[in-house]
Amino acid sequence: MDFIITILEQGLIYGILALGVYITYKILDFPDLTADGSFPLGAAVSASMITRGVNPYLTLLAAFAAGALAGICTGLIHVKGKVRDLLSGIIMMTALWTINLRIAGTSNVPIFSKETIFKNSFLENFLPEALLPYRTILVIVILAVISKLLLDFYMSSKSGMLLRAVGDNDKLVISLAKDEGNVKILGLAIANGLIALAGCIFCQEERVFEISMGTGAIVIGLASVIIGTSIFKNLTMIKATTAVIIGSIFYKACTAVAMRNFEPQDMKLITAVLFLVVLLVSMDRKKKVKSHA
Amino acid sequence: MLELKNIYKYYNPGTLNEMCLFQDYSLTVEDGQFVSVVGSNGSGKTSMLNIICGSIPIESGSIVLDGEDITKEKEFRRNQRIGRVYQNPAMGTCPSMTILENMSLADNKGKRYGLGRGTNKARISHYQELLRPLNLGLEDKMDVKVGSLSGGQRQAMALLMSTMTPIEFLVLDEHTAALDPKTAEIIMELTDKIVREKKLTTIMVTHNLRYAVEYGDRLVMMHQGENVIDCAGAEKQAVSIDDILVKFNEISIECGN
Repeated sequence: MDFIITILEQGLIYGILALGVYITYKILDFPDLTADGSFPLGAAVSASMITRGVNPYLTLLAAFAAGALAGICTGLIHVKGKVRDLLSGIIMMTALWTINLRIAGTSNVPIFSKETIFKNSFLENFLPEALLPYRTILVIVILAVISKLLLDFYMSSKSGMLLRAVGDNDKLVISLAKDEGNVKILGLAIANGLIALAGCIFCQEERVFEISMGTGAIVIGLASVIIGTSIFKNLTMIKATTAVIIGSIFYKACTAVAMRNFEPQDMKLITAVLFLVVLLVSMDRKKKVKSHA
Repeated sequence: MLELKNIYKYYNPGTLNEMCLFQDYSLTVEDGQFVSVVGSNGSGKTSMLNIICGSIPIESGSIVLDGEDITKEKEFRRNQRIGRVYQNPAMGTCPSMTILENMSLADNKGKRYGLGRGTNKARISHYQELLRPLNLGLEDKMDVKVGSLSGGQRQAMALLMSTMTPIEFLVLDEHTAALDPKTAEIIMELTDKIVREKKLTTIMVTHNLRYAVEYGDRLVMMHQGENVIDCAGAEKQAVSIDDILVKFNEISIECGN
């Protein structure tokens, strides 16, 4: 039971990250490596604010804002500086390493004794006794559902439709008398905001900030997006955002099962191999190349 | 009224491959005029459209739309007043979005794209009214993704979408070239109908000489960045395909072909 709950917790947290990656990879068609930096950015913001005694729930908003700012920087480098999309992300990812260290102070910030969004006097006073053991998963479910619903709402708005259009056909956006660069920057801001939010929640769940916690975040995000969208591609009633979160839980379950038989240092290799398997099975790349031809 | 005044345009300026396309080129299109432009490849037809729309920069000269100098204006800003249909049917629509979503996007052109709902149920019947005269059955497929439509269907949509909101100028860039003859005919008739109904000032580049002769009230033939034929009104009515072909051949001989 604990095993399953841990998978759900991690899967849902990374599900929020996957929502962000879904925006860049699927909607904007932008291979955004900023994720590897904005995920720990959210964690660094969260850890440094919590050690200063700020209300942990406020750190969620602050992390989102910080991530959005990182996304805007990537967007500006790409749109205004005319740097290739992949390189813009790499530049920001590299820069963020130092920025994260500066924000957190050191490469490792434990927040074990502090109040977090999962463990605080408010929850202890108001949550029924019976639910207390499940408070972590409860809070995570609520946050993931809110993120998903807000993103769904945004995607069906006029601004969201323009965002979907820009990845599909940026000429059309220009024809609609809108600056396609600004729309891209907006998309990157929302995506990296969500990714940083996931980092913030992850940091509080693990009760520690670790500078290298973002390494490979983009791989996990991409794998979740690809699994989710290819499992449910024929079911139109399931929204892509839901599919992506389920994909993330599925991916976390696969790694968790695999990790039972391996050492912790094998983690990254398993992540990489699983991602490759997902790619080969889903054949997502071929479809993408074809539809862009 | 659209005016191109003393346009100079070089490709690869400052290099060995420098090529001068327009040298002191000027063109005035009166309000409500429908200009057909023909010419061989490389004669500057599409470059002229790109210059009007701001897709490519110019070395000197000015572009004036209804008395307002738009030379320095960015492409997306000019599009507030200009509608454009491209040769490639995929350029005018979003393949992964439904017909309804595409129409809604175009319907909102010129307004703010904010957090309000992207599609408005109350407008669906209006969109269907626009689609019905096409006789392509699109009005019953509002929730079908545009990517699964044929090139002709997409081009018809692109044409509708670019003329849905009030624009001052319509730019058609070989918009029937990628279509089969029958579909091209349908799109061309639709174009003529829309242009007449909305009294749009239009400039159409085409390789189809028959369309150039049949449609529009002014005919321009371009060669090496200059207008070698430019006739309107009764003079244009008198022009036949053969006349244009003769001129085409003359030019080809000059070029040594």
